[in-house]
Amino acid sequence: MDNFGRKWDQFVEIFIHQNGYQKVVEGLQNTVVIAVLGLVIGILIGILIAAVRVVPKYKVFPRILNAICSVYVGFFRGTPIVVQLLVFYYVMLPILGLHKTGVQVSIFVFGLNSGAYISEIMRGGILSVDGGQMEAGRAMGLSFTATMLKIVIPQAIKNILPTLGNEFIALIKETSVVSFVGAADLYVAFNYIGSNSYEFMVPYLVMAVIYIVIVMAISLGIKLMERSLRKSDRRN
Amino acid sequence: MIDVINLEKHFGDHKVLRGISLSVKKGDIVVVIGPSGSGKSTFLRCLNCMEDPTGGQIIFRDADIADPSVNINVHRQHMGMVFQHFNLFNNKTVVENIMLAPVYVKRKEMRKKKRKNFFLSLTNLFRKEEVKPYQITSKKRIREQARGQAMELLGRIGLEDKADVYPSTLSGGQKQRVAIVRSLAMNPDVILFDEPTSALDPEMVGEVLELMKSLAEEGMTMVIVTHEMGFAKEVANRVIFIDEGKILEEAPPEEFFGNPKNPRLKEFLAKVLV
Repeated sequence: MDNFGRKWDQFVEIFIHQNGYQKVVEGLQNTVVIAVLGLVIGILIGILIAAVRVVPKYKVFPRILNAICSVYVGFFRGTPIVVQLLVFYYVMLPILGLHKTGVQVSIFVFGLNSGAYISEIMRGGILSVDGGQMEAGRAMGLSFTATMLKIVIPQAIKNILPTLGNEFIALIKETSVVSFVGAADLYVAFNYIGSNSYEFMVPYLVMAVIYIVIVMAISLGIKLMERSLRKSDRRN
Repeated sequence: MIDVINLEKHFGDHKVLRGISLSVKKGDIVVVIGPSGSGKSTFLRCLNCMEDPTGGQIIFRDADIADPSVNINVHRQHMGMVFQHFNLFNNKTVVENIMLAPVYVKRKEMRKKKRKNFFLSLTNLFRKEEVKPYQITSKKRIREQARGQAMELLGRIGLEDKADVYPSTLSGGQKQRVAIVRSLAMNPDVILFDEPTSALDPEMVGEVLELMKSLAEEGMTMVIVTHEMGFAKEVANRVIFIDEGKILEEAPPEEFFGNPKNPRLKEFLAKVLV
């Protein structure tokens, strides 16, 4: 570690004087955009799939939907995210004849992927709400959908918020593989700095610190959100 | 008001209700008692189709609500239900709990009227005489009205000061009283009580029974599953004994408790009324 000072100087030189920081800012932006939009898409898909999976299945139509959702969840949980990225970028895009950037594909794939996970989290959350809540809603003449939207899902979301936060954190970190499809995220930026100086120790350490800071900020945000949602509990 | 004709319910091979017929008239207070596992709760839950009956008919408001093709939600709006475990909505404040169903129903009506008005405005183009559109209130007015009504109901049970707290801060007796006025908010034709005092601390049973008694005096039709024999004696005008999915005895309370005929009921009362 005796030459750490020299390595640090080298890093600072490239970071500040050779526009390394621009790459980092750009990378950070991409990382956050992919994770946030991925999460938003994921939550929407997750709620939809979870709703399909908890609807009573007396009729044929819900059963078919349920089967489709099972296949979807099975595929996205059963394959690594890198494989999904590669399949979409190098197989699906040419087949469909689309031209999309790596970032766009990443947002899409991360959304679909986290949708599969969030659907299971959501389903657990919905099942964790006391059945009496649904019964009370239905007994007053509200429809299944209305009771779900007004009573059960708000309570479910409160229950799953910590797990959902976990998913978001995992998503932020998982985005470090998007360079497989040519999206410039944090890893690409620091890798660029490293290869310009033939010195990887400091850039990678700084990268780790940035990830830690992001994750800590998210944890704090979740904690605050949880506190405001816990108003209806006795302990607050 | 409610005519139950040969009601049957089985879960798989297990027959819980084996043909129950009962007719509840307006103003009736029917108390259902029976040993545990006798099917009395299932019977009550079948009355508003919380459990779908597997056979028989339930005639309510000129419709057979046991028929799955009937829109049960509309009929449930006229049939309140009070649960053993209160089931207040945890994510809503006390007053919101009471307002929820009335606001929901009135908003639905409003949307329907708006749709109709839209078609009226189209068809009016071709009519000689214009048809007047429906009057439409605003969302805000609906909420205000519902809140006013809810506060009135809360005033009745003396809990106005608890209007804006969450149910988790209430005691069991308070929760159950709120649950009862919540079902009142829809002005139901009948209220079903599913063991309303069984989950309460002994000292809170009184306040809930008191409220139920005052409802009875106002002429509310009620079907009550309970273990409170004293309450049954005092308030009911008919008591029903159910065991093994059948009505074994149906009589006014004096006769029911004073001169029971069915041997199974005699045995049951001997155990309960010590």
